Amino acid sequence: MAIKVMIPTPLRAYTEKKDSVELQAGTVGEALAALTSQFSELKKHLYAEDGRLRSFVNVYLNDEDIRYLQKDKTLVNDGDTISIVPSIAGGSLHVG
Amino acid sequence: MATKTGIAAPAGAAQTAATLSNEEILRYSRHLIMPEVGMEGQLKLKRAKVLLIGTGGLGAPLGLYLAAAGVGRIGVVDFDKIDFTNLQRQVMFGTSDVGRPKIEAAAERMAGINPEIRLDRYETALTSENALDIMRDYDIVVDGTDNFPTRYLVNDACVLLGKPNVYGSIFRFEGQASIFGAPGGPCYRCLYPEPPPPGLVPSCAEGGVLGVLPGIIGSIQAMETLKLILGKGEPLIGRLLLFDALGMKFRELKLRKNPECPVCGEHPTVTKLIDYVEFCGIRGEEAAAPASTVPEMTPRELKARLDRGDDLYVLDVREPHEYQICNIGGHLIPLGDLSRRVNELDSSREIVAHCRSGKRSAEAAEFLRKAGFKKLWNLKGGILAWSDEVDPTVPKY
Repeated sequence: MAIKVMIPTPLRAYTEKKDSVELQAGTVGEALAALTSQFSELKKHLYAEDGRLRSFVNVYLNDEDIRYLQKDKTLVNDGDTISIVPSIAGGSLHVG
Repeated sequence: MATKTGIAAPAGAAQTAATLSNEEILRYSRHLIMPEVGMEGQLKLKRAKVLLIGTGGLGAPLGLYLAAAGVGRIGVVDFDKIDFTNLQRQVMFGTSDVGRPKIEAAAERMAGINPEIRLDRYETALTSENALDIMRDYDIVVDGTDNFPTRYLVNDACVLLGKPNVYGSIFRFEGQASIFGAPGGPCYRCLYPEPPPPGLVPSCAEGGVLGVLPGIIGSIQAMETLKLILGKGEPLIGRLLLFDALGMKFRELKLRKNPECPVCGEHPTVTKLIDYVEFCGIRGEEAAAPASTVPEMTPRELKARLDRGDDLYVLDVREPHEYQICNIGGHLIPLGDLSRRVNELDSSREIVAHCRSGKRSAEAAEFLRKAGFKKLWNLKGGILAWSDEVDPTVPKY
């Protein structure tokens, strides 16, 4: 299935600044695997060391949180949009 | 400690007032002539008590619009002072306010817009110790904060007190808004059980915010606050609004109450306020920062050695757009490009890495050390310290 993955601003640093990526996948898990194999730096920002999605990153298929669908195994259809939605906080991040 | 000062209308006036004066009727006439507000709605606004946490970028439109709309009692929490970098987006403040406590300038501005309302000032950081006491008196809490510890604190306190939390958050060109903690609705922890570890929070190389963005998200929060008070329309409960300013797109995602939520779930494990700084790992940030074994060089030492004609390679690991703001003549290789461009460096020369404040360059130096470079230094305090100690004509940003 041809689907689109929306990349949020904080993660665009790892996707060559792309705000969305189109790819082929049958499930949400396959889509994310394809995405992180294309952009390997992205992987550690999406997944913890135990291989689970990080708890400050949510993944949506269209407007529904995949935690309330079949998670990674959720089937996708042609034209679906997957959104990666990390937590964000404020504009005064002066740590570097 | 919290300093609480009621100004403008006499204490208690807002709660007991059952009518509007002729002046108030004129002031609120554009509300009163709409049936969705009308006299009944305006009196609801007058009787409402809203706590605004933070008077910064989000707080600016919130403070201005809630005051102008006639919310009868507004509590304002902030401990910060106004600096020049605030003025690009914190439109409650003017240039002459730089150096003043935010709360003072904000209260003055809000009272100037609407002397009919009561303002409670809390010149303090919101903490686990004072949050419940401060929040208890209000009907609605509006979160205009810019950091994770306060965000989780506000969320948890709202859930414990059963008060709705009008949420907004911004980053560079995108924003989020929702209402958490409303009866039956999800809370922030249903969405994000845990904060990101400090190491994955974007550094200043990726930070920043377009000045209008907090104006848009804060205005959405103000609108949702008024709707909650009026009981009109469809509040953003159970919905997460995403705003992308570059694409100029609004999207909406469904939010569900998580039955396993540690705070508002069926078997909560968080039943009182915790240490949120620790929870968010900010205290461990310095320890978590790459434990660099690369020695530091102070700006004065660097200047002395350059003046002496020593053969030093100054490596600037900031981004090109930062280099355009100011530079000290270093060779620019952004941190993110370093692994790809490491062959441009000569390991026989002494290398002094620097960035804006010293954090990214510590990471860069550590990377180079592991790559086999031996003659390495990290410029202590970065270009900020260079400006302070060596050359004040180099602007700070």
